[in-house]
Amino acid sequence: MTPLGLYQPGTSVLHRAAAGHKFLALLALAVLIFVVHSPVWLGVTALAVTLGYPVARVSPRRCLQLVRLLVPVLGLVFAAQWWLVGFDSAAVVCLRLLVTLGAANLFTLTTRVDDLVTAVERGLRPTRRFGVRPERLGLLVGLTLQAVAALSMIAGQTREAQRARSAERSLPAFAVPFLIRTLRHADELGEALAARGVDDD
Amino acid sequence: MIEFEGIGHRYGEHAVLDDVTLRLTEQRVAFVGANGSGKSTLARMINGLVHPTGGRVLVDGVDPARQGRAVRNRVGFVFTNPDSQIVMPTAGEDVAFSLRKKGLSRAERERRASGMLARYGLAGYEEHPAHQLSGGQKQLLALCSMLVLEPDVLVCDEPTTLLDLRNKRRFVELLEQLPQQIVLVTHDLDLLGNFDRVVVLDEGRVAADDLPEPALEHYRKLIS
Repeated sequence: MTPLGLYQPGTSVLHRAAAGHKFLALLALAVLIFVVHSPVWLGVTALAVTLGYPVARVSPRRCLQLVRLLVPVLGLVFAAQWWLVGFDSAAVVCLRLLVTLGAANLFTLTTRVDDLVTAVERGLRPTRRFGVRPERLGLLVGLTLQAVAALSMIAGQTREAQRARSAERSLPAFAVPFLIRTLRHADELGEALAARGVDDD
Repeated sequence: MIEFEGIGHRYGEHAVLDDVTLRLTEQRVAFVGANGSGKSTLARMINGLVHPTGGRVLVDGVDPARQGRAVRNRVGFVFTNPDSQIVMPTAGEDVAFSLRKKGLSRAERERRASGMLARYGLAGYEEHPAHQLSGGQKQLLALCSMLVLEPDVLVCDEPTTLLDLRNKRRFVELLEQLPQQIVLVTHDLDLLGNFDRVVVLDEGRVAADDLPEPALEHYRKLIS
């Protein structure tokens, strides 16, 4: 299984845009989405984000994967919201979710982590005089994105092991090995980073 | 030259290493021993990932417990599980990540990363998702990410354990051709024929220290 949001090489406009600008645009979009309440405008934004996928020439397989993940989540949220608050509010919440998840996924699909780390480091350089260490924060951003892929891989493998023992419905059979393997991964990653001299500055 | 002077190490009550003294001057050295014999702990002391609780380690006269940074600049380390040591999503980025602190331009980092990948059979994999490489390729990538820093010593902790036979052979042959001094921790005894020295550890002590053939013979007797 390909973890969601893994970088997909390409040469489209979105791939070539500067990582820092894309990151700021993503943050701005996230803020904007929570200020706007009109379902119409949210719908327009959602459409714009969706159009970004063909622009970035994301493979149909990847798009389908995203749809398969989003539809059940959005469906569930929509149903719950409709029942609890009402149709209009449910539509607004779901459109917001759609826009943020869709845009964030588009961002990671078209941005190399290395470029993002460099952009964060460069952007935060002025904060150095306040004691911030930009290269640490850049690494943090990179490792956070990488953690998503690492955790989904561990979860996938744990679920396979669960199935092999016909224990699909047992929560401990998933949670215990998942936690242990995650902690061990953290230990190993820490050692590997230390061996590469990351903590030596 | 790597020197262990009266190394002792304990995890709580449990002693994993007891009075180990070695001077490693040979180009290719292997540590062999059963699980829990202390060989991985000993290897980790070479770049200061673990500090001994007794005695001291010197790498060309520098103590990794005191000057970890200086030693790690010169000692590379390859782990068993490549999934934990690959920290960036694509192969090219992972190799370039090692060079971050070298003050090179992005283009130069990418150029060196590509050159490294091409040299070890991963040409054209720069933009390939690192976690979708095969096990053998991942371990090669981990090796590239270390070698790009041009270390003097390369410590490998069971790097072939997760590989198939053909990749095991390829990996060890590759290690044998490197200009670096190699310290290889392993269970794959058949691959050590060309090594200069094999140290057998048993319950935290040196049980044999010899050329591969006599040392491995001793080890096979020990475990039978």
